[in-house]
Amino acid sequence: MRSLAILIALLLQASGAAAEAGDAERGAKIFRQCVSCHQVGDAAKNRVGPHLNGVFGRLAGTVTGFRYSDHMKRANADGLVWTFETLDAFLENPKSLVSATRMNFRGLKKAQDRADILAYLRQYSDKPSDIPESEPTLRDGGPNLDPAVLTLQGDPAYGEYLSSECTTCHQADGSNQGIPSITSWPAENFVVAMHAYKQQLRPHPVMQMLAGRLSDEEIAALAAYFGGLD
Amino acid sequence: MKINRRLFLGTSLTAAAGLAAPAVLGQARPRVVVIGGGAGGATAARYIAKDSKGAIDVVLIEPTRRYYTCFFSNLYIGGFRDMNSIGHGYGKLASDYGVNVVHDYAIGVDRSAKTVALAGGGSIGYDRLVLSPGIDFKEDALPGWDLSAQTAMPHAYKAGTQTELLKAQIEAMPAGGIFCMVAPPNPFRCPPGPYERVSMVAHKLKAENPTAKILIVDPKPKFSKQALFEEGWQNYYGGMIEWIGPDFGGDAVEVRPDTMEVVIDGAVEKVDVCNAIPAMKAGRIAELAGVTNDAGWAPVVPASMQSRMDENIYVLGDACHQGDMPKSGFSANSQAKVCAMSVRGTLTGSKVFPAKYSNTCWSLIETDDGVKVGATYKATEEKIAKVDGFISQTGEAAGLRKQTYEESLGWYAGITADMFG
Ligand SMILES: Cc1cc2nc3c(=O)[nH]c(=O)nc-3n(C[C@H](O)[C@H](O)[C@H](O)COP(=O)(O)OP(=O)(O)OC[C@H]3O[C@@H](n4cnc5c(N)ncnc54)[C@H](O)[C@@H]3O)c2cc1C
Repeated sequence: MRSLAILIALLLQASGAAAEAGDAERGAKIFRQCVSCHQVGDAAKNRVGPHLNGVFGRLAGTVTGFRYSDHMKRANADGLVWTFETLDAFLENPKSLVSATRMNFRGLKKAQDRADILAYLRQYSDKPSDIPESEPTLRDGGPNLDPAVLTLQGDPAYGEYLSSECTTCHQADGSNQGIPSITSWPAENFVVAMHAYKQQLRPHPVMQMLAGRLSDEEIAALAAYFGGLD
Repeated sequence: MKINRRLFLGTSLTAAAGLAAPAVLGQARPRVVVIGGGAGGATAARYIAKDSKGAIDVVLIEPTRRYYTCFFSNLYIGGFRDMNSIGHGYGKLASDYGVNVVHDYAIGVDRSAKTVALAGGGSIGYDRLVLSPGIDFKEDALPGWDLSAQTAMPHAYKAGTQTELLKAQIEAMPAGGIFCMVAPPNPFRCPPGPYERVSMVAHKLKAENPTAKILIVDPKPKFSKQALFEEGWQNYYGGMIEWIGPDFGGDAVEVRPDTMEVVIDGAVEKVDVCNAIPAMKAGRIAELAGVTNDAGWAPVVPASMQSRMDENIYVLGDACHQGDMPKSGFSANSQAKVCAMSVRGTLTGSKVFPAKYSNTCWSLIETDDGVKVGATYKATEEKIAKVDGFISQTGEAAGLRKQTYEESLGWYAGITADMFG
């Protein structure tokens, strides 16, 4: 549960800082740690990762000529669109949003860093003013998580019962055929992913529906149960 | 069939101790008898055995040694699965979970003595009885049809031999022949099942017998995922499928198995294959146990899946009358977990959490074109009530449909592992 507490702090920090505008200049500096894989701007090409021109408002996994991971293809089919919200969640912890993305990046834990980098990247998205639902570099909500509820200790026995709802589709032995494995996840990623579904940030109708009715307590219980499985 | 020695011993011990006496906590190991090793029964047996960690003696009574899932049996007809891949044995339930699997047929339940009589002779005492016998067909509901007609006009609504028979008959159709489905009235097992089947038959005929025709005679004015199926039929099988609803006589049907005729509102139609799916009711053992209502289904308490007529009996899956959940393998599996928790709670005092139910049904319309419908449910006093749901949309992108199909493969692997270990 300690990792959960840390996570909560992070999430809170995220929602607090998110309302502040990103600083594109600072973002350009932070982006240096990304350039070994990603290019952006004139003549940007796909490298280890796809180029990032026009990423805002784009359906995930659609840069021509780039070979995406199966999980990014799944996100694509699910209809994951890169918005400020989804990019922010992805940058915070890529694997919480796209479980087995090939993007091996630990994530930017500071909300301000993410806001800055997104402000920088925003400049390279096609004529933002022409896109009707142009993505602002500012977001006005963010994950709305009540700290009191989030510090609840999950009951692993309850989690075990709840997990039986998961195992109708997700195999308990971790095998992965058409439906991703959910075993051996760090509890932290698990909680973030479930809240991302619950808040309809992460697309997929079945998961949004199931997570949608899980209370924060139940998500904590599931995290405690799955987190305790070695 | 053989009742093994341990079971005999167990039974006679229970008899000596007084069959009707409920097991007292901490004393004799309480026994749960599960009738039917399908989606509901196998899941319940596995979960009760697994989670009670040996504290409960679980006996599963199931006549067949290999259970062929109805789910994906339509894909077998379409050529997407072979029969072997949808068959499952009970070995792991016995070896890994200690379930006493008895291959026999239950022929009666004595509720006051709390015993189940077996066709092979002998009886077994229980502290709690779980019934998940699936469906049987209502006699006289479809004029001209009785069980003796099921070879000439297979229902293929219990998977296995019937499914193989139907497929063989489709393959033997003359060029340009007619496949007729007589669809069942509500409520019935797997609401999208008949229409997924039509899609799979069309897929097969398109390749093997493209001038053949498919006729659906349906007593219902509308059916599950109708817009999705109709869109797919139009796109892939244009002109091949004709649906005759009640406005055109779909509710006034008689079948003549001897002459392979279907009479629709007085008009005689000669057909080559007739997939007659009569009206359904709970598996007969539920009726014999005296837990069914006038409509032929077994009413249950939404919070626990206990029979409304006997708190020592639970009824799962297709056989029960619970409210808003469709009769599906997913639903039966979901109900089994609530039942397992309640059974353990009453027998061993383990913690009982509030019931949660969910369902998702995938259907395949054509290669790589899968759709799904799903919902979550909660227990109210009156019924299991729908909370929230979703359905695939018409006009979805091919990539999403392909992913939906692949997801169904994952679900199949998941649920069968959840049932059989
Ligand atoms: C064509 C078709 C397609 C389907 N597709 C899907 C799908 O994609 N997804 C989905 O979720 N569901 C699907 N279903 C529905 C699903 O198969 C059923 O809802 C599910 O099997 C119900 O589970 P059950 O436990 O109630 O009954 P069953 O699974 O039928 O199990 C009943 C068992 O009880 C045994 N039995 C019966 N009487 C006795 C007795 N007296 N003594 C001992 N044993 C007995 C039987 O042998 C049988 O094994 C489909 C059904 C059909 C027909």
